[in-house]
Amino acid sequence: MRGFFSQIATVVAMNIMSLPRRLWMSLAAVFAVSVVVAVLLAFLAMAKGFEETLAGTGTESVAIITRTGSQSELNSSMSRDTVNLVSTAPGIAQNAAGDPEYSAELYVIVDGIKRSTQGKANIPMRGISPQGFSLREQVTIVEGRMFEPGRNEIVAGQGVQREFDGFELGREIRFGKTAWEVVGIFSTGGSAFESELWADAPTVQSQFQRGSSFQTVRARLEQPGNVEPIQQFIDNDPQLILDVETEADFFAGQGRALTGIAIFGWILSFVMGLGALAGALNTMYTSVASRIREIATLRAIGFSNSSAFVGTLVESLVLSVIGGIVGALAAWLFFDGFSASTLGASFTQVVFTFELTPELFINGILLALTIGLIGGLFPAWRAARVPVVMAFQGGE
Amino acid sequence: MSDDILFDLKGVSKQFVKGKETITIFDGLDMSIARGDFLAIMGPSGSGKTTLLNMLGGVDQPTSGEIHFDGKRVDTLSETQLAAWRANNIGFIFQFYNLMPMLNAHRNVELPLLLTNLGKGHRKKSVAAALELVSLSDRAKHMPKEMSGGQQQRVAIARALVSDPKLLLCDEPTGDLDRQTADEILEMLQLLNREYGKTIVMVTHDAEAAKYARRTLHLDKGEFVEKDLAA
Repeated sequence: MRGFFSQIATVVAMNIMSLPRRLWMSLAAVFAVSVVVAVLLAFLAMAKGFEETLAGTGTESVAIITRTGSQSELNSSMSRDTVNLVSTAPGIAQNAAGDPEYSAELYVIVDGIKRSTQGKANIPMRGISPQGFSLREQVTIVEGRMFEPGRNEIVAGQGVQREFDGFELGREIRFGKTAWEVVGIFSTGGSAFESELWADAPTVQSQFQRGSSFQTVRARLEQPGNVEPIQQFIDNDPQLILDVETEADFFAGQGRALTGIAIFGWILSFVMGLGALAGALNTMYTSVASRIREIATLRAIGFSNSSAFVGTLVESLVLSVIGGIVGALAAWLFFDGFSASTLGASFTQVVFTFELTPELFINGILLALTIGLIGGLFPAWRAARVPVVMAFQGGE
Repeated sequence: MSDDILFDLKGVSKQFVKGKETITIFDGLDMSIARGDFLAIMGPSGSGKTTLLNMLGGVDQPTSGEIHFDGKRVDTLSETQLAAWRANNIGFIFQFYNLMPMLNAHRNVELPLLLTNLGKGHRKKSVAAALELVSLSDRAKHMPKEMSGGQQQRVAIARALVSDPKLLLCDEPTGDLDRQTADEILEMLQLLNREYGKTIVMVTHDAEAAKYARRTLHLDKGEFVEKDLAA
């Protein structure tokens, strides 16, 4: 048994040591695998980042109330009366003064110039009540100050500032006929709210001719996750045609929109993987062909054909794992933390960060191993079947 | 069968199918090789000398007939059994040395020992002894490309010897060497035969080389013509 393992170890070591003889071909195989892995990981990191952004956006302790059937905040609408009525629902937490903790919000779309393309893209601008700020988790003003009610002042999310031109602190920016001053930059720890601009709700209503209408109500729940009392309140009042769900559920539903990206990434990598597989097969067949006399000589000496098989397979796996690591590192260098934006459910830009997690890294290496395994299997079979008489043939 | 007989071939036939044609190389060949013999096999191209060497080395199988080695039948062994049999009994010396280019002399010579259960220390001693026998102790760390053809063939001889096989099979061992170097190699083989009792079978087309053997068999169309050329 010891002889068997030392045979295999020797053949594997010899194959690896002989790689410089096939340097360019081996590098081409490594490159092909690395490209496939990098592409896959870029897509998966994108999907993961988007999912994480939206998953991190919602909280279980806040309910979001929208008009029935609106599906997104943009399509929802409700009057001041409706807001006043629903804010009295049981299940909504109250502050020290005994007032319900809620924020009636409206949501308008403004144009911004993307830094990356210098093209126009939609940015959500949210009018919030003073309580709206405290209803977001992890929210902090990182620069400047909060807007003052009644003034054309906005605070911009860090994502907006990162992706769009002109949102530096103190800058004046025009939306239609009105000018707004950026008085603060806020962070919400990377959630989708960072893709928004916030301003005083009544000011937004007047500047965008929205009368006294709102789109959503956010309310702190007495019991996190329990929207049942509010739901019953709505059901019992025929004036209220509203949906209620926790913010976490609301955003999780929107986050699924990009699941397709991950699937597309897998399909694209599969097709590209076939190309890399052809490259790996070619490289390994060439490797076997260039080592035929060595393989046959070892067999003549008494080495088993399984050592030739395993040696070739391991060489293929080593090349593909190197390719996988290079591809994953490239994806990590170029894409991890890479900030991008895409259309959210309200046709506005959600800014998110590509996230290359260890789990995705493992996915990339597994893909590389699969290419290496299949690409090495057939050449390894050929290596195992090299006739021993080949040791007696040919010169250098 | 006498105890002195190492190899015994009985009624060995070998045929190849080439397209629609069946080519007969041997048809009922009988031969025996005694322990301690140094046999040169000569013959024109296509006479079957390499096929015979391959069958003796368990690299090729006869179509019919029996091959006995050391009293045991070997032509019926499986691929895996034959590999183990070769590892225990046969040392090969090839025309083009067949050293592993990425291993130094020491590591090349060590290869057959990796098939045994010998520990590292034992292997090191055996390799050193084999390299000393071929006067290459000072080249142990050299790579094949850093050595002359004659030195490479001596490393190959050390590799063939290191596991102390009963038989050395040499396929044109001097075919790639100049006369002087060839003579050195042949003297070494002669020494191994005479001083160390190694049984050697050497295929060659070089009559000068054959003079170093105890006897020479001439093969022609699969049949032997024996001539005593022993010195």
